Amino acid sequence: MERTLFAVRRNLLAWLVVGAVAGVSATAHAHAPVTITDPWVRATVPGQKATGAFMHITAHEAVTLVGGKTPVAPVVEIHEMKMVGDRMQMRALPNGLAIGAGQTVHLEPGGYHVMLIDLPKAVEVGQKVPLTLTFTTANGQRLDVDIEAEVRPLGGMGRPMSHGGHGHGPQR
Amino acid sequence: MARLFAAWRRIVWAICAVVLAACSDQPAFHAQEITGADFGRDFVLPDTEGRVRRLADFRGEVVALYFGFIQCPDVCPTALARAVEVKRLLGAQGERFRVVFVTVDPERDTPEVVRAYLNAFDPTFVGLIPPDAATLEATAKAFRVFYRKVPTGASYTMDHTATTFVYDPKGRLRLAVPHAMGAKEFAEDVARLFAEAP
Repeated sequence: MERTLFAVRRNLLAWLVVGAVAGVSATAHAHAPVTITDPWVRATVPGQKATGAFMHITAHEAVTLVGGKTPVAPVVEIHEMKMVGDRMQMRALPNGLAIGAGQTVHLEPGGYHVMLIDLPKAVEVGQKVPLTLTFTTANGQRLDVDIEAEVRPLGGMGRPMSHGGHGHGPQR
Repeated sequence: MARLFAAWRRIVWAICAVVLAACSDQPAFHAQEITGADFGRDFVLPDTEGRVRRLADFRGEVVALYFGFIQCPDVCPTALARAVEVKRLLGAQGERFRVVFVTVDPERDTPEVVRAYLNAFDPTFVGLIPPDAATLEATAKAFRVFYRKVPTGASYTMDHTATTFVYDPKGRLRLAVPHAMGAKEFAEDVARLFAEAP
């Protein structure tokens, strides 16, 4: 009996660790309408005023990502980058990013990102950036999801630190 | 009669030349070849240390010239990370592969910020900062590069041409590398430029 209890508790602990590693706080878990995985922020250099946060968002019911908040930057916007011919264009999404039920949207270089603007100081590799993302649901409810995004090297392509070995980028 | 024969001979030679060119086993470049383009002949801009740089400073090197801006979270770091990878793939030849980054946002991209930013990729990358709006405009025009300031909610971003221009070791503009092209193909093209003009 005691052993079973211990096993259950250990399991629970394992799950909590998984959650922490993924950078997903308890609010984004289990019955939450969205799951956010692998959030990361591109490191900046001093004097650089903006950077992007990237992640995968799975919606369990239809939601729209409308904004966010972070202690590292006073302004947070949802942006889309796209190539139009040979031109790079970046735009704020005025109506947010709609994600259908059961759909996963990848915020990654070459597409969507959460833009952190007017950084008062550089964000550095290894730092954890707390980020609260605000969604609206189909019935107009507001939903805040807290995550912690790992800062990855500016010169990298955003692969997790442990998956180095690509010659360059994530530190080996 | 002799003149007619000479004319015929010229035509036959011309046909042979065309057929030979078509059958040549020289593979095409992965990037768009723009040899002989009447734009992008040179630049004269101060670098991050304030020294005026021009194309002739890099004779003997393959130069990859890219226009971008530092506040860009996405395309510019991707292009620079690709350049780092190209240099790595080139091995020893990579020593003579020179990346030159021209900011289209000199308002925010001070020499200090550009230097720190490029150092995060490779300290040998050269950053050029147009000293004023008129110089930026003239440089962009000379390279047929588009750039435009676009307000976002709280700030502004820059739309810009994301093509990388590549010069051979003799300083001739040869290739336009699209943003989407991979590092491997890019490196193969650069190696070919070194091979034909060592």
